[in-house]
Amino acid sequence: MPNYRIHKTEYIDETKRVSFKYDGKTYFGYEGDTLASALLANGIHLVGRSFKYHRPRGIVSCGAEEPNAICQIGSKKSLTEPNVRATELELYEGLEASSQNCWPNVKFDIGGINNFISPLIPAGFYYKTFMWPKSFWKKVYEPLIRLSAGLGKSPTEPDPDIYDHKYVHYDVLVIGGGVSGIIAAKMAAKNNLKTLLVDDKKILGGSTIYQNNESIKIDDKLSSEWLKNEIQEIKKLSNLTIKTRTSIAAYHGYNFLLAKENLTDHLPEEKKKNKIRQRLWKIRAKKVVIATGSIERPLVFNNNDRPGILLSNSINKYLDYYGVTCGENIILFTNNDSTYETSISLHKKGIKNIIVDLRKSASSELIKQAESLGIKIYFNHVVTNTFGYRKINSLEIMKLSEDGNTTVGNKIRLSCDCLGMSGGWTPMVHMHTQSGGKLDFRDEDQVFLPKENSEDQISVGSCNGDFDLENIIDKTVNKINKFLDIDNQDYQDTNIICSKENDKRNIWLLPNKIPLGKTKCFIDFQNDSTAKDIKLALKEGFRSIEHVKRYTTTGMATDQGKLSNMHALGIIADTAGVKMGTLGTTTFRPPFTPLTFGTLVGRNVGKFFEVVRKTSMHEWHVENNAEFENVGQWKRPWYYAKKGENMHDAVQRESKAARDSAGILDASTLGKIDIQGTDASEFLNRVYTNAWSKLAIGKCRYGLMLNEDGMVYDDGVTTRISENHYLMTTTTGGAANVLSKLEDYLQTEWPELDVYLTSVTDHYSTASICGPNSKKILNKIFPNLDLSDENFPHMSFKEDKLENINCRIMRISFTGELSYEINIESKYGHSLWKMCIEAGKEFNLTPYGTETMHLLRAEKGFIIVGQDTDGTMTPSDLQMDWIVSKKKYDFIGKRSLYRSDTIREDRKQLVGLLTDDPKEILEEGAQIVSDVKSKPIDMLGHVTSSYFSPNLNKSIALAVVRSGKTMKGQKLIIPMENKNINVTVSDTIFLDKENKRLNA
Amino acid sequence: MFLINCPFCGERDQSEFSSGGEAHIVRPKQPTELSDDEWAEYLFMRKNIKGIQFERWNHVHGCRKWFNVVRDTSNDKILSVYKMGEKPPVNYK
Repeated sequence: MPNYRIHKTEYIDETKRVSFKYDGKTYFGYEGDTLASALLANGIHLVGRSFKYHRPRGIVSCGAEEPNAICQIGSKKSLTEPNVRATELELYEGLEASSQNCWPNVKFDIGGINNFISPLIPAGFYYKTFMWPKSFWKKVYEPLIRLSAGLGKSPTEPDPDIYDHKYVHYDVLVIGGGVSGIIAAKMAAKNNLKTLLVDDKKILGGSTIYQNNESIKIDDKLSSEWLKNEIQEIKKLSNLTIKTRTSIAAYHGYNFLLAKENLTDHLPEEKKKNKIRQRLWKIRAKKVVIATGSIERPLVFNNNDRPGILLSNSINKYLDYYGVTCGENIILFTNNDSTYETSISLHKKGIKNIIVDLRKSASSELIKQAESLGIKIYFNHVVTNTFGYRKINSLEIMKLSEDGNTTVGNKIRLSCDCLGMSGGWTPMVHMHTQSGGKLDFRDEDQVFLPKENSEDQISVGSCNGDFDLENIIDKTVNKINKFLDIDNQDYQDTNIICSKENDKRNIWLLPNKIPLGKTKCFIDFQNDSTAKDIKLALKEGFRSIEHVKRYTTTGMATDQGKLSNMHALGIIADTAGVKMGTLGTTTFRPPFTPLTFGTLVGRNVGKFFEVVRKTSMHEWHVENNAEFENVGQWKRPWYYAKKGENMHDAVQRESKAARDSAGILDASTLGKIDIQGTDASEFLNRVYTNAWSKLAIGKCRYGLMLNEDGMVYDDGVTTRISENHYLMTTTTGGAANVLSKLEDYLQTEWPELDVYLTSVTDHYSTASICGPNSKKILNKIFPNLDLSDENFPHMSFKEDKLENINCRIMRISFTGELSYEINIESKYGHSLWKMCIEAGKEFNLTPYGTETMHLLRAEKGFIIVGQDTDGTMTPSDLQMDWIVSKKKYDFIGKRSLYRSDTIREDRKQLVGLLTDDPKEILEEGAQIVSDVKSKPIDMLGHVTSSYFSPNLNKSIALAVVRSGKTMKGQKLIIPMENKNINVTVSDTIFLDKENKRLNA
Repeated sequence: MFLINCPFCGERDQSEFSSGGEAHIVRPKQPTELSDDEWAEYLFMRKNIKGIQFERWNHVHGCRKWFNVVRDTSNDKILSVYKMGEKPPVNYK
């Protein structure tokens, strides 16, 4: 096995060998490696196939910008993770990784055929090709596209890992632990500011930490040595927190930032167990220093995507940090000075390399150093092609013309096993723009820079366009002093020697003799978009950068165009003949690098997903085999199945029992609002459609509440407990919103009213007993209470005691039966319930759930707000004109009830429906029509509630139908998938229209 | 996420609040006297300004009080906070 690890570094622990599997084969690396560095040490460059053409692709970078080396981690159904960047994944014992987007394997991939038919699949191929015949879309095209789409595989089972969230507050947050970030953090912390420094890597130091060129020095030390010393110093600062392996995912307004901390991803399987895997930090910082650095740009030339072609600085990092060389015969292709550091470092380690430089000449100290070492430099040359299928083996260069627009002279073929490229550096302005900052364009080196920093955020170092060490340190110190309003003198006398210069020759699309249509000049490696695609998009009329991006998918892969966006912009600007800065950029959206769902969700999984509210009777329901229904956050008994019963059987039995003898419902979840104050009656007058001033003490009244637009919002029964004291009930789901709305009016529109609202939903438990025998049961529970119709009529309220505990008893009914609701302090709810069950035994008192409740009220034609209404129903639409006071001058929504739209006769109105076949039960939500032959079919409305009524022995339904009020007796049709169901419009009340049962 | 300075409780995270839309839209005292258009103006029409906007917020997971906020919608900066019934600050017209 080849070994490309050619020297020792302090970051690789060669005493700790780590074995890992890649594509099923076992390899070895060392502690300190990333998966990418370990693969390169084993001579592996080919790590995947490209998305569209399935071209072989290799590792390109050493960080978050990596477009190619994304892999599938792990093989377990619950723990596998796709799209992990090998360049960021720290190696651990037992790591299993595999390449993605290839079949049967990365070396021989069937999809590679796409590369040969590539002239047939240009940008917008899908939009253009799969348009016709139309019928092919669903059955042929879509399944085929889906089969070949997507990167990697998702886990198919729940994630067993633990994730965590943490909220923190700091005076200063410094993002990025490179040289400028370390200086900023030290200055802040030493001046008594509580500071947090985060860096996504395992150790601090950025790209300076492995810098070892003698011509770049700080205070007479190698810059890396100087920086190590600084790191030692800041670690001693007590009010500085340092978080490594932590990357900022999002920068929101008001300096609220989200960071992801990796806690166990670098540990072997057995050490991960029972530990928190990742933590989401929710950071509020008074001030933020952005020191995120810059990333190297690739160059755009023909076949610039072969395995073995890397960013030049990444070759340097693999060499000086990981001790790995990316090849033995390396060519470096550049337009700037920074590559010369790589070249000299390679040379000193005995790796042969030559430089192809786009510039006509250059003469910095660094270049002189390279020349003096005898490194061959081809100035004013350009790479025009590369060769080698699974890995680069040679390339061609040509001389550039004077203006740089064409090539001249003869091709020179050079052999190599690795190519480093550098198109200069792109400042990482993501954080700045995410925070709302704008950008400026600097023409001289073609970079976007942060503009007009707000008072609470600043960019320093190379993310601010300062590329040489002298500038970085001086400017950072000055800016931080000003930004934090401090006067730190630590770096006053720092002596910096930097032999690099900043000049570069920027050409976005490098010239070539071969016509563009026959080249493969990749811009976005992951999404396979080429310079040709960009030009095609422009030719077809796309102008906006946002449109070109979407049409060509440039910058839309999992790397979000970290390497590609600048070139896309540059080529658009060149082609359209506009200045680069005027185009703007595409939007930088969070997250900066992909987050796991686990991190976002944190602990809120399983039973912690949402708050669950249970009534005090809940245990009894569980013991008695209740199935539960979620109503808002409440768990409500849905039905109580006896042995051998299904839901239908149970509901039929419960419904029958409630009307034949007695039923009991846990009504504790209904919203309850305590209303007190001298203006309570006036307040109710204004919020309900009906009149309240004359409601006697001890009486109850049903009320309908509208929105200001006249649509029904909520309903419920309100009881007058004393002169200035009411108890309002609301729907279970609407309780919080109703309270909010009432508070809104009280505080903002009618502050003069003396009214106080208190939510008492959780304070009382409610047992509702209904049915012809309910009075007898009540009599057993409250033997001293006079239950006669004269003393305690329908819609009235009494107080009594149960063993000295106060109870409020309302005679109100949602079923149409004689019915009582007993309210007691919540802690006694369970006892009350058991007492009722005991007392009702001889009368077959049957507990029923929400489904039976719905059925019973539907028989009686009572609406459920939110089921029979949907925010577009007025009281009149519901045939409830009777509840709207004509006398009241005003109430919420009154004026809207006679807007031209609300008085239309052809609005959808609530009606009853009876099926011609009484056994046929309609589906709720089914459409209603009058004629199935006309095209298009005219939709008249839909079914809102539907049940089989055991008490009427037939199917009943409520529906909203256009002009329904006038259609009684009319035949309508419910078209279903396999048949048409014939129905007749009926009254909404199906049972006991005369209200005889209420007083039975 | 904003930090909102509730005039009753002090500075809190936005997640404790809910927004109530444009402020200073007074409910007509005599709705019955209004034409459909006038009522629709009150009911539906909102300015939705890019720039300085007066809006209502409710400290719904706190003191439950409604109050007014002056916010620049172009950069989300909250410029002023004042109680219901108080006059809006004049310098932000």
